Amino acid sequence: MTLRDIINKLLRRQPASASTARERLQLVLAHDRSDLSTELLDQMRREILEVVARYVEIDMDEGAVSLETEDRMTALVANLPIKRTLNGQIKLIETPDKSEESSQGTEVTNQDA
Amino acid sequence: MATDTRVILICSGKGGVGKTTLTANLGISLARQGLSTAVLDADFGLRNLDLLLGLENRIVYTAQEVLEEECRLDQALVKHKQESNLSLLPAGNPRMLDWLKPEDMKRIVDMLKEQFKYVLIDCPAGVEDGFKNAMAAAREAIVVTNPEVSAVRDADRVIGLLNTNSIKPVQLVLNRVRPKMMANQEMLSIDDVTDILALPLLGLVLEDEQVIVSTNRGEPLTLNSVNSPAAKCYLNIAKRLQGEDIPLINPLEESSGFGAKFRRLMQTKIF
Repeated sequence: MTLRDIINKLLRRQPASASTARERLQLVLAHDRSDLSTELLDQMRREILEVVARYVEIDMDEGAVSLETEDRMTALVANLPIKRTLNGQIKLIETPDKSEESSQGTEVTNQDA
Repeated sequence: MATDTRVILICSGKGGVGKTTLTANLGISLARQGLSTAVLDADFGLRNLDLLLGLENRIVYTAQEVLEEECRLDQALVKHKQESNLSLLPAGNPRMLDWLKPEDMKRIVDMLKEQFKYVLIDCPAGVEDGFKNAMAAAREAIVVTNPEVSAVRDADRVIGLLNTNSIKPVQLVLNRVRPKMMANQEMLSIDDVTDILALPLLGLVLEDEQVIVSTNRGEPLTLNSVNSPAAKCYLNIAKRLQGEDIPLINPLEESSGFGAKFRRLMQTKIF
């Protein structure tokens, strides 16, 4: 935030347009680069959750799959909180000293095409 | 015969951002440094490079006749009147687009490589066949863009295609920079554009009315008006291409006086 932004805020003026341009570009480019529509991304999310659910019990509502872009590298980031493994022996979420392991991140990185 | 010819594609995606003007001025600047340079107009649909160089009346043959073996390459090449180190290979008839293949472009550039140290390819706008043909013959590329959302978005598409075709290095030229608007944060900054596109900046070119005057006359700025703001930028870009370490101009320091100082103060990052 620059001095001009603060003054604009105080005077309730519209922020300078360069920051709006930057934000709009970043959003539109993340989609251009991934070449995935929201429907496809949603389908992929559901299928990933199904596969993972065969091995561990996960919270279907909590799981988040998203695309993150930085320096022309687009990463598929999946964050899937695990409730417990399927055989029920280890309830990760209820083990206090291992609570950090209750959520496991999977990361697949791909060179942007 | 030049064995280490640099074949550089000049492209942008979006039309009207200044590809042809950059090609003409870079061609003149390199030629002035004593480097034999060919500029190839690969925009067969809407050719204009001949007009910017003031060579439109001297075209006899084009790339088309060379490819169809109706003439030799040196019969089609148009040598510049004042800069004898610079030659133009004019674009052929738009009907060429019906049969032109990437291999044809490679053939033409291979011929040019035997005579020239630099081959600059002026690419058509768009990302379709015209662009793909032009790209097939190039080794490295310069992407031209303006600090505007549509130009940056289109440049991003082109950069993606250049990357998948292993063209490198790919460098950026930021054209039509307006220092005052940038200082007022009403135009994407240089950092904004280089961060978003993740390309090394070869140079920036200041907005300059003299560009229109020079195209009216068919005399690129770097030929006769070397002191105009844009001409200096073009000359610096040519030197950097040659590996010289020329510092970038800071557009915020281009305007001086109290107004400029105030605008710089307003840009101070608080948090």
